[in-house]
Amino acid sequence: MTHTLGRPDFELIAHWIEPGHRVLDLGCGDGTLLKHLIDTRGVQGVGVEIDDANVLAAIKNGINVIQGNLERGLDVFADQAFDHVVLSRTLQTVRHTEGILREMLRVGCEAVVSFPNFAYWKNLRSVLDGRMPVSEDLPYQWYDSPNVRFFTLLDFEALCDKMGLIIRERSVLDEAGNPVETEANFLGSLAVYRLTCKR
Amino acid sequence: MPGQSVGAVQSQRANFDQPLHLRSGGVLPAYDLVYETYGTLNAAKSNAILVCHALSGHHHVAGHYADQPDNIGWWDNIIGPGRPLDTDRFFIVGLNNLGGCHGSTGPSSPNPATGKPWGAGFPMVAVIDWVHAQARLADLLGIDSWAAVMGGSLGGMQALRWSITYPERVRNAIVIAAAPKLSAQNIAFNDVARQAILTDPDFHGGNYYEFDTRPVRGLRLARMLGHITYLSDDQMGEKFGRELRNSAFSFGFDVEFEVESYLRYQGDKFAGYFDANTYLLMTKALDYFDPSREDNGDLNATMARSKANFLIASFTTDWRFTPARSKEIVAALLANGRNVSYAEIDLNFGHDSFLMEDAHYHGVVDAYLRNIKL
Repeated sequence: MTHTLGRPDFELIAHWIEPGHRVLDLGCGDGTLLKHLIDTRGVQGVGVEIDDANVLAAIKNGINVIQGNLERGLDVFADQAFDHVVLSRTLQTVRHTEGILREMLRVGCEAVVSFPNFAYWKNLRSVLDGRMPVSEDLPYQWYDSPNVRFFTLLDFEALCDKMGLIIRERSVLDEAGNPVETEANFLGSLAVYRLTCKR
Repeated sequence: MPGQSVGAVQSQRANFDQPLHLRSGGVLPAYDLVYETYGTLNAAKSNAILVCHALSGHHHVAGHYADQPDNIGWWDNIIGPGRPLDTDRFFIVGLNNLGGCHGSTGPSSPNPATGKPWGAGFPMVAVIDWVHAQARLADLLGIDSWAAVMGGSLGGMQALRWSITYPERVRNAIVIAAAPKLSAQNIAFNDVARQAILTDPDFHGGNYYEFDTRPVRGLRLARMLGHITYLSDDQMGEKFGRELRNSAFSFGFDVEFEVESYLRYQGDKFAGYFDANTYLLMTKALDYFDPSREDNGDLNATMARSKANFLIASFTTDWRFTPARSKEIVAALLANGRNVSYAEIDLNFGHDSFLMEDAHYHGVVDAYLRNIKL
């Protein structure tokens, strides 16, 4: 998935990351987020990307990018090599959901995960109207979607609980990128979580 | 093909009269290196790229000779104006390594002590020896630090070795289709190739020059075996399948299948010009290569000495040096917080993919080199 500048979750993620921190961006696309973090926060960044065109684009952007498939784990990275491991709008495309979450917290102190909320009211209405949802945060038709996992904020939090992951912080945004304070599972289109685990 | 060839080129020869102490304990009292350069060294001498050759390569990396228009350099497709190693921007150096058979001092050169060819007396050379010799060539050319050292296969190992042994002199290392050390299977293939040469009756213990003969049969077999390992199964299947030269089986041992014809042709061609002693030396240099040996096998500790930025590339169909082997290098660099990018390129030509022209592959090298500050 290619990042675009000006995405509200990028601003949230940037806000959570301390200057000089080591950041791993999984599914880094053309490296836009990392470039933003390097330019604005002075982080040390590495990206992982599977797609040839994105790997080339990231190298053009001067980003350290490692070509690889997230489904096969993060073998090239040592334990606790990063302060933050970012998985931006990608978790819903990964089959091995638990595996990648575990790997993120093996190689990093903190996981930052953003994903589209399938229980967002417009998505629910769309399904009630008989069609799969297409929106700002779910910009695909059912037949060309890279998404393989369909879940909600409550689903994700239940999984974190089952896996013993600690939610340090959560931000929920509506389709316009404005923060959602109440009824998040119904009114939120995109969720961003900071996760850690007990050590 | 985008960009242009560098056109007509000339090779040069440099003589070094300071003894070179080799890893094997041997000493070369003096030696020649033949080399070629393309492009122009800038005033700051900051735009030089060293291209290291693999097992059978040499100094003629790009362009052609004015009197031999068909003698095109072995990596011509990546070097030239507008190509990834852009000679409008970079000064490219290629050389023939010590022990070679293309003009640099090697087993077929005269031994000054005897006046006869070195033959079996030529000392064993290691990758680190080549790198030391290359450093002296850099001194001669006035190059304090390379913008990049680059190579595929055994050439990539030299780039890796440069980054470890001369960290201050390499700003970028481009390591393609290489490995941090050979596997048992790699060594096994090399040994079968060597046995083919060593058991050839024309080998004469390595001193065949004096008998006015060459172990052509052994060298041919060695190359045929090697060649199989440089290609992918898929590619051989696509290229040859089970095609017969004639439509029916002949129930004999002459060439029947197209793949036999191809391999025999490649073997004959190679055995016609390459020196068997050089082949032995190059394969041993491959087998011995393992920089982590200096750190009890801890590659992370070894790569901690490097300071360069790295581009590592591997090919999906390369079963001689698989992507997993390149990722060992990547992991060691990441563990040290080095700048590294890694591309796993989907090309169908096995280990030989690194020599092929491919828009994505060359695009990756081009993009990386464009970001190098001179």
